[in-house]
Amino acid sequence: MTTALMLLPLAAGLAAFLIRSDAARRSLLLWTARGHFLLAVLVIGAYFPGGSLIAAVVSPVPEPSSPWFAYDPLGLLFLGIASLLFLGAAQYAVTYLAAEKRDPGEDADGGFIFNNAPEAVFTGCLLLFLSAMTAVTASRHMGLLWALIEATTLLSAPLIYFHRHKRSLEATWKYLLICSVGIALALMGNLFLGAAGLKSGVGLDLAPLLSGAGALDKPLLKAAFLFLFVGYGTKMGLSPFHTWLPDAYSESPAVVSALLSGVLSTAALLGILRVNAVCASAGLADFTGGLLVLFGLLSVITAALFMLGQRDYKRMLAYSSIEHMGIIAMGAGLGGGAVFGALLAALSHSLVKAGLFFTSGLILAAEKTRRISDVKGLWRRAPRTAVLWLAGFFLITGTPPSGVFLGKLIILREALALKQYWLAGAFLLFLGLLFGGMARVFISMTFGERVPKPGERPFEERAGLLAPAAAFLVLVVLAGLYLPAWLQSLLAGAAANIGGKL
Amino acid sequence: MHTLAELIIVFVILLNLALSVTGGLAACIRLVAVQGVVAGILPLLAGDGAPHARTVIFAAAIMLLKGAVFPWLLLRARDRSGAGKDVEPLISYPASVMLCLGAFIASSWLGSRLPLPDTGVAWIVPASLATIFTGFLLITTRSKAITQVLGYLVIENGIYIFGLALFVEQPLMVELAILLDVFVAVFVMGIAIFHISREFDHIDTAELSELSDWRRGEYGK
Repeated sequence: MTTALMLLPLAAGLAAFLIRSDAARRSLLLWTARGHFLLAVLVIGAYFPGGSLIAAVVSPVPEPSSPWFAYDPLGLLFLGIASLLFLGAAQYAVTYLAAEKRDPGEDADGGFIFNNAPEAVFTGCLLLFLSAMTAVTASRHMGLLWALIEATTLLSAPLIYFHRHKRSLEATWKYLLICSVGIALALMGNLFLGAAGLKSGVGLDLAPLLSGAGALDKPLLKAAFLFLFVGYGTKMGLSPFHTWLPDAYSESPAVVSALLSGVLSTAALLGILRVNAVCASAGLADFTGGLLVLFGLLSVITAALFMLGQRDYKRMLAYSSIEHMGIIAMGAGLGGGAVFGALLAALSHSLVKAGLFFTSGLILAAEKTRRISDVKGLWRRAPRTAVLWLAGFFLITGTPPSGVFLGKLIILREALALKQYWLAGAFLLFLGLLFGGMARVFISMTFGERVPKPGERPFEERAGLLAPAAAFLVLVVLAGLYLPAWLQSLLAGAAANIGGKL
Repeated sequence: MHTLAELIIVFVILLNLALSVTGGLAACIRLVAVQGVVAGILPLLAGDGAPHARTVIFAAAIMLLKGAVFPWLLLRARDRSGAGKDVEPLISYPASVMLCLGAFIASSWLGSRLPLPDTGVAWIVPASLATIFTGFLLITTRSKAITQVLGYLVIENGIYIFGLALFVEQPLMVELAILLDVFVAVFVMGIAIFHISREFDHIDTAELSELSDWRRGEYGK
């Protein structure tokens, strides 16, 4: 079944390059996403009959039939995030592509008209990206994990360059080069990891690395973590390696931004969490945790500072992603119960941010500008979009009830329990700054009097674009109200995979 | 056998220095190709006796890719994009070579301090680290998009040599996946260079500076 999960989007992606008919290709995208989601649900469900996931974690995992790909709770969690997000993204993309075909791009900020990349390439890369991402979540070998993460970078580069103009090209180039060089550093990290296990002969397979972590060479393991952290951290968007991120997120089409921030960053996060688990088993949890907390806090601070003077609402969402990557890194670094919070925050952030990026695509279609100061009184032109936009704001800033709020709360509680008062204080201070900075933007965009532009037609809010965003936001509210037992045990199992408490 | 390997290492270091002073774009592309090929010979010299068939095939694939396919792709990208003949460094050549030498000295110091297993080949760890630094030098101090790709390839060469120094044996499937990634990366970057040259009429990355947080008001005007 794991193989089918990877092969389905792979085959569909290759087919998408060959199909001539737009309608056929779009339904292929939609049905592949649905099929993938169904398979993912089956895989997750098959893992723990009767909800006894924790028992499955504590008891020794049966040796998987394939040494390359197998699922543990951590992988399953990220598979679920990727598959669910892709389902929404496919629904959005189908409507979006149909609309783009009739009304190709116009950029009011730049004052020029541009073309789009061929739709076949776009759809094909989307599906191949899903395939690579699925393989990332299932991968049990650190070398293979590296190769697959790099593959997701390369497959998403053409997606960013969907709108063919100078600015998206600049963003694509920065993304491609900075992430490729960053990930090359992660390859160095893998080599150090291999060298650390040379004497005990464990290789780069995850299972022997975890069970034989005590025999690893400590200084080399530290070097491995440093390189892997910088490499994958670049792709995850942790400050100060985030420089490509606001450009790439703001220049790509909304559906791609949603996938980049919700899915791609979690791939890199998974890479860091995997090596973190190895280091924790080797007794280096203090060293890796300190680094994660330090760079996590730095990311939150960076995001807060850049949020204050922000003039572009998609860049604002990008900085908010950097903030949340920072929060997740902090949670993972604090260890113990905070790991659960970090994973819950990762899940909720992916959903809310995808919903917000979907909504930002609607705003861009309605107002033809990304400048915050040029969007006023959104509720008059697009009332339902405005409701989603405002709801997304409250959810992403951690207003209860939401999964984001719960995640932040758990992390904060753990920081206080560990007597890290200065850390908790700084965390709260910058979260407050971020709330203020974002409130200014969202309120000024949603409310106020709107001056209609000359010759503009009423804006049609397509249900196909609204529904995925609304569904994601509702799911996050539900997660804040009630965590079902299976989700709790999935998160707890995943936290146990990284070295958190059960 | 080790004498030959050490000669290759010296050659790799000299190629780094040559890269830092070469002004011709085509010459740089060829130097990087030569470096990739000589680095590809190294695994054949490891161990006693004849190398395994697997090692030979893999080394041949690397040499073909780095020695023939990449230079062909990059030279084509250079011709198609109408890039000038010069690499147009942002700092002077003497400064480049001084930085390259400095990087080598730092790498020697770092290489002697790293707790790595003894390789038997002198200078292999410093040479690999110096190659990685040279790659970063090319990326940061040369203005063209093609030279940034070259820098990426030099970093890749350095990491490859570093992997040989550490004796880390990865399964064939992983090695092939890594090689495929590097190939696709260069391929995609080549396409991007082509688009950059069409959109901007040149491939000077200094022009890729419209996106920033501080000048949002003026873009496109």
